[in-house]
Amino acid sequence: MSGIREFFASRLGIISVGIFIGVSAALLQKWGNPGNMGICVACMERDIAGAIGFHRAAVVQYLRPEILGFVLGAMIAAYAFREFRPRAGSAPIVRFILGMLAMIGALVFLGCPWRALLRLAGGDGNAIFGLLGLAAGIWIGTRFFKAGYNLGRTQPTYTSVGWLLPLIMLGLLILRLIFPPLPGKELSGILFYSLKGPGSQYAPLAVSLGVGLAVGFLAQRSRFCTMGALRDLFLFRQIHLFSGMVALLAAAFLTNLGLGQFKPGFMGQPVAHTMQIWNFGGMVVAGLAFALAGGCPGRQLFMAGEGDGDAAVFVLGMIVGAAVSHNFGLASSPAGVGPYSIHAVFISLAVLLFIGFTMRQKMS
Amino acid sequence: MGELVDARGLSCPQPVLITLEKLKFLQHGKLVVLVDTDTSRENVLRAAASLGWQAKEVHPDGMGFRIILEKV
Repeated sequence: MSGIREFFASRLGIISVGIFIGVSAALLQKWGNPGNMGICVACMERDIAGAIGFHRAAVVQYLRPEILGFVLGAMIAAYAFREFRPRAGSAPIVRFILGMLAMIGALVFLGCPWRALLRLAGGDGNAIFGLLGLAAGIWIGTRFFKAGYNLGRTQPTYTSVGWLLPLIMLGLLILRLIFPPLPGKELSGILFYSLKGPGSQYAPLAVSLGVGLAVGFLAQRSRFCTMGALRDLFLFRQIHLFSGMVALLAAAFLTNLGLGQFKPGFMGQPVAHTMQIWNFGGMVVAGLAFALAGGCPGRQLFMAGEGDGDAAVFVLGMIVGAAVSHNFGLASSPAGVGPYSIHAVFISLAVLLFIGFTMRQKMS
Repeated sequence: MGELVDARGLSCPQPVLITLEKLKFLQHGKLVVLVDTDTSRENVLRAAASLGWQAKEVHPDGMGFRIILEKV
């Protein structure tokens, strides 16, 4: 057990996990997921919000099993290695808002950091602006860390607190089994499904769930985090997590080449738009929100799986943020930004700066 | 009894940030760091090693770990 533990804490360990995620994501696209969206934590949580009717954007409704797998896989890994530590109480309301803002920003760009990498790996040049925005947002976050930004300490808590989000995910999985997609029907029992658009494209349930569980397990072991990758690079000149992020990009690129999924260009890329200022701006918002919350959206799912109740609150904030984005016209579409995307970017940025500037303390 | 950093309950990257700050201030000697998660334990050990500090001892302590770092 300790040998496995050390392997995943090593450079080779994090690179292996990056490769596994990159290859799996490219394969999921081949097996049915939307273009350059083999795995996208933001998009998939947005689709889940649609599946349970939190928003009614007809093209993005599907209860993505990958997300459920991420949380449950991480929980299995945490228990297997005695790392399940129920904890909570570090400014949950702030974490909820950070989750909402992160989702609002990510949906202006159309993707989380993982999908930004997958889009680039599929030849989508627009992703470059999103990745630059992500880096800029995280860099601003590191300035706040240096200035003493801190949301306070968590407290150890009841085991059942750590179980709540995994149980919600298990409940959603049961709903998916009771109410499977029906041919030509938008509603199956209480779950909504898309008949066209990205929400109608998905790999078989067992495949999606299996990959999700495996990724959740491995990412919990290796602490894979795309926000931490850039943050540690800027803050400490450390490349440990960054090497995992590069491995994901390289592995997805090579797999896409092999599968004939690499199509370089800017126009007509799947689920993407070419308004570069807002590709950049949306990800500045998302990057800063992830930095202030201490993890990219994937990492928040894995931390929630190992008992972190505050990370669970961030996840719920993201799901609600997706509903807000689509209900109020903040989300982009392949046609470009939504009617209120630009307002949303500025307001979100203002709220993030308010949080960053006012929540500072000198730790002794 | 040497210097102590209590990083229990803090989100990333605070445990590493405050440990590094203390290590740079001390330059050498002994430092005890308390953390509450395995992630923080790994991160603190990795950061300390980058400054040439060695982990003298790491053992479970309550809900977390007590790490003793040393540099001569």
